[in-house]
Amino acid sequence: MKDHTTARMIKDKVFRATVILLACFSMLPLLLILYFITRNGIAVINWEFLSQLPRPIGEDGGGVFNAIVGTAILIILSSILSIPFGITTGIYLSEKSDGKIAHIVRLCVVVLQGTPSIVIGIVAYLWVVAPFHSFSAISGGVALSIMMLPVIIKATEETLKLMPYHLKEASLALGVPYHKTILKVILPTGINGILTGILLSLARITGETAPLLFTAFGNQFMNWNLFKPIDSLPYRIFYYAMSPYPEWHAFAWGASFMLVAVVLGFNLIARGVAAKWKVQF
Amino acid sequence: MTEMCSVNGIGMQDINEKTETADMTAKNTMDKSEQRFGKVLLLAAVFVVVLLLAILATLVAASIPAIKAFGLTFFWGTTWDAAAEKFGALPFLAGTLITSFLATLICIPFSIAISIFLGEYFKEGVFSAFLRSSVEVLAGIPSVIYGLWGLFLLMPIMRAIEMYLGVTPHGVGLLTSALILAIMIIPFSASIGREVITLVPGDLKEAAFSLGATRFEVIRNVIIPYARSGIIAGILLSLGRAIGETMAVTMLIGNSNFIPTGIFDPSNTMASVIANEFAEATGITAASLIYVALVLFLVTTVVNIVGTYVIKKVALEASKEVT
Amino acid sequence: MESTVLKVSDFSAYFGDSQILKNINLETDSNFVTTLMGPSGCGKTTLIRCVNRMHELIPGARVTGKMYLKNDDIYGMEPIVLRRKIGMVFQKPNPFPMMSIYDNVIAGYKLNGIRFPRDELDNIVERSLMGAALWDEVKDSLHRKGTFLSGGQQQRLCIARALAMNPEILLLDEPTSALDPKSTSAIEELIVELKKSVTMLLVTHNIAQAARVSDYTAFIYLGELVEFGPTDKMFTVPKDKRTEEYLTGKFG
Repeated sequence: MKDHTTARMIKDKVFRATVILLACFSMLPLLLILYFITRNGIAVINWEFLSQLPRPIGEDGGGVFNAIVGTAILIILSSILSIPFGITTGIYLSEKSDGKIAHIVRLCVVVLQGTPSIVIGIVAYLWVVAPFHSFSAISGGVALSIMMLPVIIKATEETLKLMPYHLKEASLALGVPYHKTILKVILPTGINGILTGILLSLARITGETAPLLFTAFGNQFMNWNLFKPIDSLPYRIFYYAMSPYPEWHAFAWGASFMLVAVVLGFNLIARGVAAKWKVQF
Repeated sequence: MTEMCSVNGIGMQDINEKTETADMTAKNTMDKSEQRFGKVLLLAAVFVVVLLLAILATLVAASIPAIKAFGLTFFWGTTWDAAAEKFGALPFLAGTLITSFLATLICIPFSIAISIFLGEYFKEGVFSAFLRSSVEVLAGIPSVIYGLWGLFLLMPIMRAIEMYLGVTPHGVGLLTSALILAIMIIPFSASIGREVITLVPGDLKEAAFSLGATRFEVIRNVIIPYARSGIIAGILLSLGRAIGETMAVTMLIGNSNFIPTGIFDPSNTMASVIANEFAEATGITAASLIYVALVLFLVTTVVNIVGTYVIKKVALEASKEVT
Repeated sequence: MESTVLKVSDFSAYFGDSQILKNINLETDSNFVTTLMGPSGCGKTTLIRCVNRMHELIPGARVTGKMYLKNDDIYGMEPIVLRRKIGMVFQKPNPFPMMSIYDNVIAGYKLNGIRFPRDELDNIVERSLMGAALWDEVKDSLHRKGTFLSGGQQQRLCIARALAMNPEILLLDEPTSALDPKSTSAIEELIVELKKSVTMLLVTHNIAQAARVSDYTAFIYLGELVEFGPTDKMFTVPKDKRTEEYLTGKFG
């Protein structure tokens, strides 16, 4: 009896130690990745890196200015395309939450969210690139906006569903029409959740490379024309990483450092927004 | 005082009149804008459905030449030869299955450990906050950076291991890709696992403790069985992620279109072959790659729908349990 | 025949900075039902949870003073050993939903990895279910999951689960608070019946229930043991003014 108890207690301790060990061990890759990015990335980041265009191999210096601008343009494009649709659909889902259409839409959102980014890249290619016979910033924006859409819809729906019913009642009781109640009372109250969702979706797409391979493609020159190929940070990282030149590998790390900074920045701001703009009931 | 009253009186009258006239004139426009509002909402919602159907239709339409030419033999054809215009996707199906299952297998012990760690042992406190934000950061790192890191850290390590074992030292290949995939899906499955574990009702755990069970026995006999379907669904969803993951795998798998014969062989997954070849493909080659994309889309869709459905059911049952 | 099963001496409990129990002294004798009674939040549930050290599951809980189970220091043993000797029934029926009725009864042995031959297990299950007055209702569906049972039946299943371990004392933490009146009276009858074989400590905020089933009653108020004595005496001539006020419904 005594032995049995001791054995059980040892087993308990061993299990606990194993869990802690495995959990901590799975943090090892993160530490290594952050270490590599920081060590290799900071080494190449300077003003030139941020402000110059890429130079051909063999020439010293150069930077990734075009990729930074390209990523910014892609973010703006995809936001313009996805945010209005996303929020409107989110409102629909929270208002008609038990309707038949809502169930179908929700299923579609789940499927869209799980669709591999490379598939979305192909679709954007077939929709935008093929008809215009050119890779373009627009096609990249279309691909990325399809990826943003489900995140924004979900965030909007879930935020609005959390709004207490008495808020809506209070507004309706004042004689405010239903649509104004939604737009002027419910939506502003839930703005922190929706903004958080948008920021998280931006964090998701900023690092996406696969959908850009056949859409925005990449461009070693500066380009402001939305109908021409455009560069982006993730594409630049891919391009440099797969090249055989150590100088370009170093640039890939520098671009990675910036990309991670931007993605984590979006995440941090999202958290800040979630906490700061939260309306207390 | 009297002035104030009169001002108020006039004001009230004014307002009353104003609202009345406003009511009269606005009645019709109000109804209209109300209707318009409803229509806009519906339109946006229907748009999402149309978008998805359009994606499916586009993929089907664009792969019709390949479907016509190869039909179902596409799934067991082993040659992928653009010059001979002969296309069979079995090498990529094999590559996808091997990498994603292997990744899921590697991921399971770690993600379950993290789930138990965060869901049971350390629900709050510095330790748990640290692990939780680490997992979040890990989930936020872009795929292409995992690929880059894999190329410069994982690949040399794998090459050394391969040299030691006496196999061809490619460095890249199935196992390398599976490892990077495992690292990438751990945060995802761990966060689902944590959620379902915290859904286990506290009174069940208490009942087991009151019978003299150790924490390990409670976890093994109460928490895991109760959370089982949720954990399995989480693993399924992670598998779905691994199947569709593109960039890191493309960079680390070695881009070889032959059926792999060993775990260290270079290969291609469905996603990576598209990433590697689509930009230069035309005609039947492009159609065949889109056929691959269609299959990839259908597989991930099924996996996602099943996984999400199970998770929702688990959460629903838990919420019933509470009320 | 009569002997002390549980002895509580100078016992205090704290959660973080707040003191929940203040210097409790209490003794329960074998084969009696002792009721802990008091308004909600008075600490009665904390006291019962300190008996099998379930309070330790909550971080920040600590205690001072002593408790003895038949002369063994409760705070000197391993919790898992202690808890096997003490049965507990909770406010809400909580049978394990993933186990059959049969497995629920022997859950204590299963969880602790103690193996018995099949016929002995059958024996334990039958005896415990009979003890909990549930045998006749479930004997034909022992291997079905217990989720189809009514709330009252589920609670009796939980009592059977506790009885299967042959506990030296059975803790009942407001066992009828989630049940309908009919199931409540069934449980109360069962408690009176069980008294022949097991010592019980019952927490309730239902004064009438305390009067119906218990031999001794302890009135706890704001973490203090106000009065402790035979139930009939306390209910007819309470010594303390606060007890009288509580019994006559002046507060709580």
